Amino acid sequence: MSQIADRLIDDPGLAAGVAQLTPERIEEVVNRVLKGETGAKLKAYQETCMRCGLCAQACHYYVSHDGDPSYSPVSKTTETIYELMNKKGRVEPSRIYEMAQIAYTECNLCKRCAHYCPIGIDTGYAMSMMRRICYLLDVVPQYIRDTSHSHAATMNQMWVKDDEWIDSLQWQEDEARDEFPDLRIPLDKEGAEIYYSVIGPEPKFRTQLIYQAAAIMHVAGVDFTMPSTPGWDNSDMSMFVGDFENMGRLKRAHFESAQKLRVKKIVMGECGHAFRSIYDMGNRWLGYADMPVPVVHAVEFFWELLTEGKIKIAKKLEGPVTIQDPCNIIRGRGLMDKLREVTSMLCEQTVEMIPNREHNYCCCAGGGVINCGPPFKNVRTKGNKAKADQLAKTGVHTIICPCHNCHGGLEDIIGYYELGMHPRFLGDIIYEIMEKPEGL
Amino acid sequence: MIEIYTFVSGPLAWVAWSIFVFGSIYRLVSMYNLAKAKDSSSLAYMSLPYSLRSIFHWLVPFGTLGWKSDPLMTVATFAFHIGFFLVAIFLGAHVVFWDTAFGISWWSLSDTTGDIISFVVIGACVVFAVRRLTLPHVRNVTRGKDWFALLLVALPFVTGVLAYHQIGPSLLMTTLHILAGELLIALIPFTRLSHALFAVFTRSYMGSEFGGVRRVRDW
Repeated sequence: MSQIADRLIDDPGLAAGVAQLTPERIEEVVNRVLKGETGAKLKAYQETCMRCGLCAQACHYYVSHDGDPSYSPVSKTTETIYELMNKKGRVEPSRIYEMAQIAYTECNLCKRCAHYCPIGIDTGYAMSMMRRICYLLDVVPQYIRDTSHSHAATMNQMWVKDDEWIDSLQWQEDEARDEFPDLRIPLDKEGAEIYYSVIGPEPKFRTQLIYQAAAIMHVAGVDFTMPSTPGWDNSDMSMFVGDFENMGRLKRAHFESAQKLRVKKIVMGECGHAFRSIYDMGNRWLGYADMPVPVVHAVEFFWELLTEGKIKIAKKLEGPVTIQDPCNIIRGRGLMDKLREVTSMLCEQTVEMIPNREHNYCCCAGGGVINCGPPFKNVRTKGNKAKADQLAKTGVHTIICPCHNCHGGLEDIIGYYELGMHPRFLGDIIYEIMEKPEGL
Repeated sequence: MIEIYTFVSGPLAWVAWSIFVFGSIYRLVSMYNLAKAKDSSSLAYMSLPYSLRSIFHWLVPFGTLGWKSDPLMTVATFAFHIGFFLVAIFLGAHVVFWDTAFGISWWSLSDTTGDIISFVVIGACVVFAVRRLTLPHVRNVTRGKDWFALLLVALPFVTGVLAYHQIGPSLLMTTLHILAGELLIALIPFTRLSHALFAVFTRSYMGSEFGGVRRVRDW
């Protein structure tokens, strides 16, 4: 068995944060959060957990490290937030470094362990509150801290400036008009049927996804718009950092930019964590039980377009594919059936990974772990041998993967274990194989 | 000795039950108040149908991923809990106690059945203990509180079996058995055994969130 102290990783954000800590400051912040922000839920979890260890095999980190008990969900909570609760925050600064590394990089908040706990303990919630404490102590991995700062300063994840955003959309519109002479990406169109929102990395370095989405909207004849103002980015790393104040600002900007345009609904691109932010965390922080504007994920949207015949498939994708079930839209929102229906409408053959659907293994990138940057890349690749084994067993080349985080995570795992596979977005495939009528 | 027995089986029993009843009420009420004050964003999602759906699935042995993953633990857990209640409520000697104390009587287990069930419960406790000692992922998170809780539930059964089989001085063993039972009853609300009070709510919340918000199974 290893210990967190044996596997500490140098990170400037964690190191600088811990350097300015004092035991008094830790005690003050911990108790402020425990008394002010947490309540019966966390207390009941800590008290009623029987330490039976059934959650261990739920966790891909535990499985991937050959059953190293320090990676089990119950161990991770015991070593972090529960210890702070027991000691009433009286721990040394160096301990906070260890706790932050566990909370930010050794748990993807995927909640798979929920399927194994007889009592119903939500480890994801407990780890989120641990991150909240780390954030308030300013002990946060540098890369994800920077991302959250970007959210705070620009209302998007990638320091995309307001004019650069508009410029990117117009650039893609211009490009696409070579192929579809009448294609438009309407900005700020009031009363449009659909408000299409993406995550910050799309204009930054996956701009072709916006092109493809616009092409699909155009061919399907969808009345859509994209906002020219902040709020366009539905992503939310502040949520994963524990910066709930900025999480609230982001979601408010997102919902309000849609409300200002009086759209009927928001369609979100193929991202998982952004979806979690609107149905689970950001909405609750703002006091909405549900979403103030109806929101559908790309999987649902594509399902509608395909079943209504608005998009026709010219020729199905050849060769078998497998399906990566992103936690936040599958275990988070029950879209597994629609994902499979869409996949079967697009692809000739599907080979399922086992386990799958809501019992899937996480990609190990989610929960903000990939956003913690290069220092923690090995944590993700070595921490998800389970997924590599799962993927290898399918023997396929293409992975249907409707989530940005899963893409990044799987690409890294595929590279590290030399699996020779390739994850693809649904939009990417639809764009490739849909009928594109002449003269549109 | 007989005075001690009379005291333990009389006034002390009332004390233990009072601590259990009032302690449980206090813990449940204060936890609910805390939830209302701090967890309203979770309380708002509580749903009776999804709670019951979740509880039902987890009450079925091997009906969930968790129960399927560790068969020995599953059998031990179900055997322990079912046996615990059967013996506590329906053991012949206990039924006599219910009758003399409260004037209520019901069907009782035969002595042999009660004896067998008690051994099964002790066996389950041994499984729990062996898991704590040998399985790295359980040993790693086991604390004094967990051993104390196990000791609390095992003692009444061990002393009960000794008393029934008249091993050791009978009156002393019976007195110890009653003491152990009283200690257990009184401490349920204040130890890890408080899961007896709270598990139904944590389970319900998980069921409500997975059913209502996440639209998936939580088993």
